[in-house]
Amino acid sequence: MRFAFTENQLAFRDAVHDLLAKECPPSVVRDAWTNETGRSSTAWTELAKMGVLGALVPEAQGGLGLSEIDVVLLAEETGRVALPEPFVEHMLVGAPLLATEAAASGITTVTAGDPLVPYADTADTIVRLGHESFVADRDDSTLEAHRSVDHSRRLFSVETSGSPRALDAAEVSTAYWRGTLGFSAQLVGLGHHLLATTVEYVVARRQFGVPIGSFQAIKHKLADVRIALEFAAPLVYRAAYSLTVSDPAARTHVAMAKAASADAATLAARHALQCHGAMGYSFEYDLHLWIKRVWALAAAWGDATWHRELVARAILDT
Amino acid sequence: MDLTWSADEQAFRAEARAWLETNVPPAGLASGDTREGFARHLEWERALFDARWAVVSWPQAYGGRDASLWEWLIFEEEYSRAGAPQRVTQNGIFLLAPTLFEFGTPGQRDRFLPTMASGEETWCQGWSEPDAGSDLAAISSRAVRDELAGGWRLSGQKTWTTRGAFCTHLFGLYRTDSDAERHRGLTYFLVPLDTPGVTVRGFGRLDGDEGFADVFCDDVFVPDDLVLGEVDQGWKVAMATTGSERGLTLRSPGRFLATTSRLVELARERGAADPLVRQRIAQGQIDAEAYQLQTLATVTKLSAGEHPGAESSLTKVFWSELDVQLHETALGLAGHDAELEDSPWMKGWQFALSGPIYAGTNEIQRNVIAERVLGLPRK
Repeated sequence: MRFAFTENQLAFRDAVHDLLAKECPPSVVRDAWTNETGRSSTAWTELAKMGVLGALVPEAQGGLGLSEIDVVLLAEETGRVALPEPFVEHMLVGAPLLATEAAASGITTVTAGDPLVPYADTADTIVRLGHESFVADRDDSTLEAHRSVDHSRRLFSVETSGSPRALDAAEVSTAYWRGTLGFSAQLVGLGHHLLATTVEYVVARRQFGVPIGSFQAIKHKLADVRIALEFAAPLVYRAAYSLTVSDPAARTHVAMAKAASADAATLAARHALQCHGAMGYSFEYDLHLWIKRVWALAAAWGDATWHRELVARAILDT
Repeated sequence: MDLTWSADEQAFRAEARAWLETNVPPAGLASGDTREGFARHLEWERALFDARWAVVSWPQAYGGRDASLWEWLIFEEEYSRAGAPQRVTQNGIFLLAPTLFEFGTPGQRDRFLPTMASGEETWCQGWSEPDAGSDLAAISSRAVRDELAGGWRLSGQKTWTTRGAFCTHLFGLYRTDSDAERHRGLTYFLVPLDTPGVTVRGFGRLDGDEGFADVFCDDVFVPDDLVLGEVDQGWKVAMATTGSERGLTLRSPGRFLATTSRLVELARERGAADPLVRQRIAQGQIDAEAYQLQTLATVTKLSAGEHPGAESSLTKVFWSELDVQLHETALGLAGHDAELEDSPWMKGWQFALSGPIYAGTNEIQRNVIAERVLGLPRK
C-alpha cells in the first residue's frame, strides 16, 4: 500500500508546472478570450515539444507510453493556470484513441453527450462520444459557433457531411472515462488557484483598518474550500490509479472524482468571488477567467448530480 | 501508487476478522456511557486484551502486536465492520498513550500502559473547565508546589469530562505558574481519582446517559512522578495529544465506511427511489471513501517519516460533518421510527452531533486551518 506519486511522476509534474508558469500567465488566458482561436500562442507547441501531448500514446506510435496515473497531475497543472487549450480532449482522449490512425498527427477535439464541440474550428479531427459516437474530419464538417460563458472555450455545433468512422463501445468507454478524469483533475487545479489567489487578496485587502483575511467570516469560507479540495484530490488520484490498473470499479471511482472535484471547485469559485467583493465582480479583473472555466468544466461531461447518480446506482441498485 | 495490501497484511486482516466474527457480542452491549454498560464494556476490553487486540499498534511488551500503521488501519476497518462495541478505553489508549510514549518516563510507561491496555485502569481527559472550553488556554485550575512532600497540590474544576464518573484516573492540565498567562505555565498531571480531595459528579449528555462528569480537586496531592513531561510545558505535551484526537488515531476511516454500509443497507430495505435521498447516500459514500483515501495518503507520509501538522484540523472537520450527514440521511429514511429513542440511528445521531463540538469545535478548527494552513493573519 502506498498512496503517493513516484519521484518521476512528481518531476514530470514540476517540469510541466514550470513550462506553464512561463507560457501561460494570466495574460495568455485573457488574450484567449478575444483572439482568433481562443487558444494560447506557444503553450501548446511547447507542451508538444516536451512530449506531454503524446504522453498516453504508445511508444510504438511515437508517444511516451504512459498511463493515467502518470498524467493526472499534468492535467491538474493545466487547470491551475486555466490553460486555454483542448488539453484533456486531445491529450487524454483523442491522441491515444487515434494513435494508430492517420488522423493522429493533428489536433483532436472531443465532446461527450453535449452536441457542442470545443475548439472544433482549430482541430483537425472531431470525436463525438454519446448516442452516436464517431470520428470525423474537420474538413468534412460544417461548424456553427456558439458562445461559452468562458469565452476562451470556443464551442461549435458540428454537421458532418463525410462518412465518419463509428467507434465501438470499448473505445467510447475508455475515451469517456479518461476525459472525465482529466476534467476532474483540471477542476482540482482550478480550485487550488482560486483559493491561493483569494488568500493573497484577503491578506492584502484592508478594510476597517485590518486585512479582511483576519475576519472569521472570511477565514471559515476559505477553510471550507481548503477542506473540499483536500478530500476531492485523493478521489481524483485514486480514479487515475483505478483506470491504470483496470480496476472493476474504475468508472464509479471516476464518477466520484468528477462529483467531488466539480463541487470543490464550484465552492472555491463561489467563495473566491464573495471574498474578492466588487473587485472580483469586475470584468477587467482576472478572477472571472478562472471562475467561468470552473463553471464550464463542472457542467461538461456530466455534472456533479449526474455523476452522483451513477454512484448511487452502483451502491444501491446492483 | 499501489493500492493493494501485501500478503502479510491480508493475513492480518483475516486473523482479525475471524477473531471478531467469533467474539463480538451479537446483540451489542448496553451503552458504555452508563455505569452498568461501562462495566460490560470493560469485560469486552479484557477479552480484546487477552487476545492481544486491545492495542495492536503498541509494543508487545505492553500487550500490543507492534502492528504497523497500515495494520492498525486494517484492524480499525475490521473492528467497525464487525459492529464491535465502542472503545470505552479510547481516551487512554488513543489520546494519553501516544503522549506517554512521547513524553513519559520509562517508569511512567511501565506503570500505566499495561493496566491501560487491559482496562484495569481507565482514563478520562481533564481539559475543559467551566470558563475554558474553546478557549482552552484560559484554564484556571491550579497546582501549588509542595516542596516538603515532593509534589503538587491541585485545586479547581474540570467539566464535560467524558466517562469521568466511571474512570479510575484523569490526565489533565493545571496551572503551575500563577504569574504566567495563557499557554505558559501549565503542567500535565496524571491524577488517580481515588486521591483524597477529588470529588466526581456524573451528569447527562444530550442523550441523557451519564457520560459527562465534573471533576473537582480540593488540595489534591500529586507526587512529582505523576507529572508528564516538564513542569510548565503542559501545553506542548497536551497539543501532542490533541493532534492524535483530531487526526488519525481517534476516528479512523473504517468507522465511517461501516456507517455508510449500514446506511446503504437501510436504503435498500426501505427502497431508495427518491432522487434527493439517492444523492445524499451517494455523497456519503463518496465522502467516506475520500476520508479513507486521504488517510492512506497521510499514513504513506507518516511511514516515510513525515509529521502531520495543522492538517489534522482539516480531517477533524471533515469526518465530524460526514458523521452528522450520514445519520441525518438515515433518520430521513427511517420515517416515523426516527422518533424512537433507542433506535440505533437516533442514538448514533445524538453522538454524531458531539463530533463538531469535541476535540476543539469545528469553528476553532476552521480558525486553525485559516491561520496555520492558509497563513491568514490572526488579527
